[in-house]
Amino acid sequence: MSEKCTLCAEAQENAKKLDAIIEKYKDTDGALIPVLHEAQDVYGYLPLEVQRTIAEKLNIPLAEVYGVVSFYTQFSINPKGKYKINVCMGTACYVKGANDILDKFKTRLSIDVGECTDDQKFSLDACRCIGACGLAPVVTINDEVYGKLTADDVDDILDKYEDL
Amino acid sequence: MIKNFEELNALRDKAVKSMEIRLERTDITPVEGGKIHILVCGVAGCVSSGSLKVAEAVEAQIKVHNLGHDVKVIKTGCFGLCAEGPIMMICPEHVMYTKVTPEDVSEIFESHILGGKVVKRLLAGEKEYEEIEDRLPQIPFYKMQKRIALCNCGIIDPENIDEYIALDGYQALAKVLNEMEPDEVIDEVKKSGLRGRGGGGFPTGRKWESSAVVKEHTKYVICNADEGDPGAFMDRSILEGDPHSVIEAMIINGYAVGSNQGYIYVRAEYPVAVQRLRIAIKQAEDYGLLGKNILGKGFDFNLEVRLGAGAFVCGEGSALMTSIEGKRGEPRPKPPRSAEKGLWKKPTVLNNVETYANIPQIIRNGAEWFANIGTEKSKGTKVFALGGKINNIGLVEVPMGTTLREIIYDIGGGIPDGGTFKAAQTGGPSGGCIPAEHLDTPIDYDSLTKLGSMMGSGGLIVMDEHTCMVDLARFFLDFTVDESCGKCPPCRIGTKRMHEILVRITEGKGTLEDLDKLEILARNIKASALCGLGQSAPNPVLSTLKYFRDEYVAHVVDKKCPAGVCVSMVKYIIDTDTCKRCGICKKGCPAECISGDKNTPFAINQDKCVKCGLCMEKCPFKAILKNA
Repeated sequence: MSEKCTLCAEAQENAKKLDAIIEKYKDTDGALIPVLHEAQDVYGYLPLEVQRTIAEKLNIPLAEVYGVVSFYTQFSINPKGKYKINVCMGTACYVKGANDILDKFKTRLSIDVGECTDDQKFSLDACRCIGACGLAPVVTINDEVYGKLTADDVDDILDKYEDL
Repeated sequence: MIKNFEELNALRDKAVKSMEIRLERTDITPVEGGKIHILVCGVAGCVSSGSLKVAEAVEAQIKVHNLGHDVKVIKTGCFGLCAEGPIMMICPEHVMYTKVTPEDVSEIFESHILGGKVVKRLLAGEKEYEEIEDRLPQIPFYKMQKRIALCNCGIIDPENIDEYIALDGYQALAKVLNEMEPDEVIDEVKKSGLRGRGGGGFPTGRKWESSAVVKEHTKYVICNADEGDPGAFMDRSILEGDPHSVIEAMIINGYAVGSNQGYIYVRAEYPVAVQRLRIAIKQAEDYGLLGKNILGKGFDFNLEVRLGAGAFVCGEGSALMTSIEGKRGEPRPKPPRSAEKGLWKKPTVLNNVETYANIPQIIRNGAEWFANIGTEKSKGTKVFALGGKINNIGLVEVPMGTTLREIIYDIGGGIPDGGTFKAAQTGGPSGGCIPAEHLDTPIDYDSLTKLGSMMGSGGLIVMDEHTCMVDLARFFLDFTVDESCGKCPPCRIGTKRMHEILVRITEGKGTLEDLDKLEILARNIKASALCGLGQSAPNPVLSTLKYFRDEYVAHVVDKKCPAGVCVSMVKYIIDTDTCKRCGICKKGCPAECISGDKNTPFAINQDKCVKCGLCMEKCPFKAILKNA
């Protein structure tokens, strides 16, 4: 029961934040994308309910909101893991073996690109060049950047997070 | 608040005093009574390798030694040698240290700052340059460069507008507002010969002019900072190292074309750049350099940051504008050109970050100064992001006309691990591969197009013999198929078909006919796609087919991948002479396809082998060979 109440409180808190975001951009031209960005920061992803609220309050058809959400790779309609793994697949990383690293993450976590582990701990994505080509191949986990990796490093990195 | 030209000059003269240590190259001065500036790179590459922790360690050491009055730490823009990061430079001596860890900092303080003795093991450059007199300018990496767009990077603190002003920042804006009519500004930019640095290479002055002549009350100027080419990080470094140069140029652009509103459309993947831009805009507003009645001259200009959301196609002008409008970033057919009907159907000028970064200096130093640098049709310099199989990975700025060989071997330090140069890829997914026989071509817009590649935004990826050119073409098509917005069929369907053929070839199922089909498809897509993305998507295929056709033929006829990259054509074999029959490979094979024991030679069953390479990795005697 008490757990449910914390969840309710969190949901209410988030709803308030969402309202504030919409209020902030209401009169801005081209408000939708900035609103989606900030809403995703609050919720971690963009569930249908959130899209619906945004559509209603910005007076944009839901289909159009969904159209924008599905167009841009930064927006996700699925929840992400607690630790978001992004393997950079830019050219510089690719020629230095990013593919082997991605494969290693896939086998070790038994998930494919775009998926999340069952315990919601890790999600795996192949991302576009993050501009840290000097450190190629590069992987980011949340805000942490791991550079000059080999496939062998993957185990050590994941072990560190498994223990957290 | 800076109300006029005089106040700007007064601020500059005051601010430059506190920066003198960084600007003059004198010999080592003893610390007693002297001042020292410790510059730590605060841009993406170095931050990722931990430079912020190094800066913290420097702060801590300053406290430990009670040097608060004499030593100052400054987080600057990019020094260029990104692979050697975190980078630190100590001024006034301009000694550069590389790969500095927080643990190194106390040694740097005790030996260098307090003792006057350079810490040799951390010195930048090849180890023969150990004498202090032989430092920076002699390091080959820096010797051949000419920094215009990056001139403030690695010197100023990008989060401090005073330091930008100290180095003549906003002087170009003052000159424009004080002395020049809008059409004179456009003439100056036209005379300089500056061309767009984002890819197409369209003359910037003409672009401005075509918007200026349209009679409309509302116009927009936009900075395209949606740097999506994989392997390109020039714009990121400019925004993170010298954001005010872009802001100043945009205000000048607004004045020249008659616009009071600007947007910077920047990738959300660049959080540091976004944050620095926001800080810079706030500072410029506080100083009255943005907003109403700038420098008391009656010109108003506002600037807003808009974030991309991870769509490569939004680097295309019209798609970018639809994205700012809050819609799916799809391009639209032209005409009308954006100069007439762009953002919200109003006349709009769009320039790339690096293009803008050149503007203040063109105005300050004059068009002729700029036009004297570079080649006949490509003026000035170009920033390249060197990446891939090259020793000095990082950011370089060279005059147009520098050859690929000079960039790769003299500045880039050549190929690591004794590798052989195979090709350089420029222009990202829109560009092509340039083979060794063209290494001596002077690089400019036209020479690269002639070679079947393009300047693009400036990513330059070097490849050695371990890169398979067919696989690389497939990699780029993978990218374009994914990033195609789907609006026009040639791009949506055509690139998908090309990708399928390339996959077939890399899997060893291709035919010679496929190569012809690829070429026909490529030419048709180039001719019929709606926007730049589709029109240039076939370039990686066409250029590899042109220069590396033998590799394609090896894949389809001999069913071999010469570089040993395409998995299905790789064969692992056991060299029976070196094999000690230990059985480690057999135990480790997940496909259970290795047979043999103490008495019978070990062998791999090729039909069952999944080509994971685990056996080769595990063999202690290196008896397993990868046969391409």
